Amino acid sequence: MAYSEKVIDHYENPRNVGNMDKDDQDVGTGMVGAPACGDVMRLQIKVGEDGIIEDAKFKTYGCGSAIASSSLLTEWVKGKTLDEAAEIKNTEIAEELELPPVKIHCSVLAEDAIKAAITDYKGKHDQEEKKSA
Amino acid sequence: MAVEFTQNYFEIFGLPVDFQIDTSLLTERYRELQKTVHPDRYANASDRDRRLAVQQAANINEALNTLKLPLKRARYLLELNGVEFDDEKETTMDPEFLMEQMELREAVADVRKQDDPFASLNELMESINHKQSTMIARLQELISTQEYEAAKMQVQKLQFLEKLIFECESLEQDLADAL
Repeated sequence: MAYSEKVIDHYENPRNVGNMDKDDQDVGTGMVGAPACGDVMRLQIKVGEDGIIEDAKFKTYGCGSAIASSSLLTEWVKGKTLDEAAEIKNTEIAEELELPPVKIHCSVLAEDAIKAAITDYKGKHDQEEKKSA
Repeated sequence: MAVEFTQNYFEIFGLPVDFQIDTSLLTERYRELQKTVHPDRYANASDRDRRLAVQQAANINEALNTLKLPLKRARYLLELNGVEFDDEKETTMDPEFLMEQMELREAVADVRKQDDPFASLNELMESINHKQSTMIARLQELISTQEYEAAKMQVQKLQFLEKLIFECESLEQDLADAL
């Protein structure tokens, strides 16, 4: 199967690979996995006081399309609010990377990862509010 | 022995519909059945019978390939019990399990950096194999108590382990090739 040039670019030069401290209050971590292929993806966001995503990191063990989907997503979410980031659809990722139908699930994985990261971040802050209340 | 297309894979081999199966009996029954549908026996038969025999042979092969591997067998058994697998859309979200998978994949990737890569890979593979056996034993329990949704999750987790083991094996091959 031929990968698009965009996938190859992200695969060979992945953006924002790395790790953040998952216990940091400003960090949201999303862990997802695709049982079909055994791919695992970790996507993390660092949120500023203004509610804007300042930084994003990922680590993906999987195929080229999964790596490219998560790499692209980390680029896209930076500078966005949590609500804006939550609105990113897997179809947009698939379109941008020209993923073939058999690889659409890789973009689903990336969408689920950012949603999970946002949920994790919000979960931490709900607790904080309860504590201070 | 005639194979009916309405029979499920367990029934084809006359085995009880259960996760635990006698694999030597499975192989034995497979050989017997393949003899009955062998093309040589149909050399003088009608086109229709010959075609049917070919289809039956394919069905028997598929049945064997499904039942001989524990994970495929479990999936098939769960599907017989109405559990649906949608591999394209389902993403597993048990964060603790995934965190562990991530760490194991990182450990596999780091094997090359170790002083004795073979020894550290062996150690890693031993612990992964042990984990796999424990999880399969648990899967067996879940199926026997008919906790099918939990069993499904266990199957999916085991699919990650399968991938992990595959990664270990390719690395082992790479290391051996580099000697």
